[in-house]
Amino acid sequence: MPSRLSPRRALACLGLVLGLVAQPLPTRGQTVEKRFETCIVCHGPNGQSQIPEIPSLGGQTAPYALIQLFMFRGKLRHFEPMNEAVKDFTDDDLRTFSDYIAKLPPPQPPQDGDPTRLAVGRALVQKFRCDFCHAGNLAGRDNVPRIAGQREDFLLKTLREYKANVRSGYDASMADVLVPISDQELADIAYYSSRQP
Amino acid sequence: MRNFAGACALVLGVACTIAAAPVAAQQAQPLPPGHPLIGQPETAEAKKLAPVAPPPIPTAADKLPLDKLKVPAGYKLETFMAGVPNARTLRLGDKGTVFVSSRLQDKIHAIVEKNGKRELKVVASGLHRPNGIALHKGTLYIAELSQISKIEKIEDVLDNPPKPTVILADLPKDEAHGWKTLTVGPDEKLYFQVGAPCNICMPPERNAKIYRVGLDGKGLEVYASGIRQIVGMDWHPVTKQLYFSENSRDWLSEDIPEDKLNRVTQPGKDNFGFPYCHQGNFTDPEFGWGRKCNEFTKPIGLLGPHTAALGMRFYTGNQFPADTRGQIFLARHGSWNRSVKLGGDVVLIKLKPDGTMASLTPFVTGFIQNNNYVGRPVDVLIMKDGSMLISDDFNGAVYRLSYGAGRVAGR
Ligand code: HEC
Ligand code: HEC
Repeated sequence: MPSRLSPRRALACLGLVLGLVAQPLPTRGQTVEKRFETCIVCHGPNGQSQIPEIPSLGGQTAPYALIQLFMFRGKLRHFEPMNEAVKDFTDDDLRTFSDYIAKLPPPQPPQDGDPTRLAVGRALVQKFRCDFCHAGNLAGRDNVPRIAGQREDFLLKTLREYKANVRSGYDASMADVLVPISDQELADIAYYSSRQP
Repeated sequence: MRNFAGACALVLGVACTIAAAPVAAQQAQPLPPGHPLIGQPETAEAKKLAPVAPPPIPTAADKLPLDKLKVPAGYKLETFMAGVPNARTLRLGDKGTVFVSSRLQDKIHAIVEKNGKRELKVVASGLHRPNGIALHKGTLYIAELSQISKIEKIEDVLDNPPKPTVILADLPKDEAHGWKTLTVGPDEKLYFQVGAPCNICMPPERNAKIYRVGLDGKGLEVYASGIRQIVGMDWHPVTKQLYFSENSRDWLSEDIPEDKLNRVTQPGKDNFGFPYCHQGNFTDPEFGWGRKCNEFTKPIGLLGPHTAALGMRFYTGNQFPADTRGQIFLARHGSWNRSVKLGGDVVLIKLKPDGTMASLTPFVTGFIQNNNYVGRPVDVLIMKDGSMLISDDFNGAVYRLSYGAGRVAGR
């Protein structure tokens, strides 16, 4: 299997990792708020990411977050700093963090949408039934993640990775969905989804 | 890459959807080939239904739903092993090791007995959808999504297994129905399927078929065709014919088509009708026009609508009462594409003297409680003492069903 860490991303993250290493590692016994401080370095205060290609976590569905944390721990999903961050987590830790993430406020979408491009994105979301699985308002449900208000750059990156089978989901839904969708369409969808409340 | 036929279907589909694009976005548009929601009606009740995702973390041993599961009088169900993530296919090694596959995770596990205690070991990891496993003369065969590999003398190397050696690569990579069932036939060849890459579609040339191939990965040939997806196979102990369970299409109706029990009687020739004919008795509302069901091999039994008939085994042990010998135990994973869930049990299928299905009786029940899953059975395995193991991918567990005096044997 190919490594999931592109050199560009590795570089982009190096600084962050160094920052992380300087932080005291989360220890059990501390409150989840306290332990979440190590995650904020990347994912932003309250899980509202300020950094390109790092996802916001706020308002993510707990079952989805749990599956992803589980996958990072088991190296079923590959991003080294994330694999590192959760490698010693117990099952209960995974549950605690995913429940905590789900209770953080959802990210605030930018208000700069160009109406024409938004309409194109909305039509694509309906055409490919993204809004069926991800719920009408794209807020997600159960194991299907919230994509409303997610960072546009992260959405585009991760959609491309699903399409290229670089990111393989816990189940196969996304790979199947994305087969016929062009890169321009992915960009329009990311533009639209990132601007939904 | 997809093969040529697939690429053509894709181009066609894209061309069609482009043509349809100017239509108001609210309108239901034809979905591109391979989309998981193809065939889904635009009604509120239909939109409530979606595949049920199993939790990634196994249920703790003391939280398994044993108190909710019911077995016939004289039988006993107990936990054989908890903590087996996404437990799917069960296979038995010559030395008594139980092997458990996974569909959504990357590992194959072995359950070994050591000083009277059971232990779980990882025998292979980093695999992609390794649902299919088979044991033959000491070798473990693993069918991932698009390749088959092996580990020789697996039971001698459980503490430090080598990486599997690939014997057959480059099978189609479709994720939909791409996971495999694997078995070794009486002819010492590997049998597996390449499912239809969709709910309902005209499958590409390589898909919707059962293949067989030598244990060395050579001599690949089609064994049967017209099959949507198989998730269980076994060989009749007397006639040595291949029996398999087939999952039928979704979204046609709450009540049809039913899943099928099939039997191959004309190797290389049998076509079971997908996507033209369902249940052996009615044609598909789209692909069936101009076709007749009697062009195809009929099922030998129907297993309920959307019930997801999965793993099956002929009962060849001698612990259970005599009327189960030579009959089939089959796990029905349970429906998602149905408002009132159905299946979620292990059934006993009795056969007529001609080898077709005489009756189907729910045997281990209770996996569905108040229209929700408390567990989902996937595969069954007959142990040497005649007891039967049952895997549950929802709880990540393996149970043991025993009868009468055999009940104490597993303690
Ligand atoms: C070094 C930066 C970094 C740190 C520290 C970090 N993460 Fe992440 N996290 C990422 C990146 C980048 C991704 C997206 C990876 C990808 O592209 O697939 C991610 C993904 C995730 C996801 C999946 C989100 C989604 O929408 O798919 C979750 C959940 C998550 N992180 C939780 C945490 C938690 C909890 C912690 C703290 C214990 C943490 N992360 C620490 C960088 C980090
Ligand atoms: C059949 C149901 C289904 C459909 C249709 C669907 N998705 Fe998904 N989507 C999922 C599931 C399930 C996941 C989680 C997969 C995983 O484990 O990685 C997911 C994950 C995602 C993610 C990752 C989010 C994150 O935080 O990392 C994005 C982005 C996404 N989908 C966008 C889309 C878009 C855009 C469409 C329409 C083109 C779409 N989805 C259609 C089920 C679906």
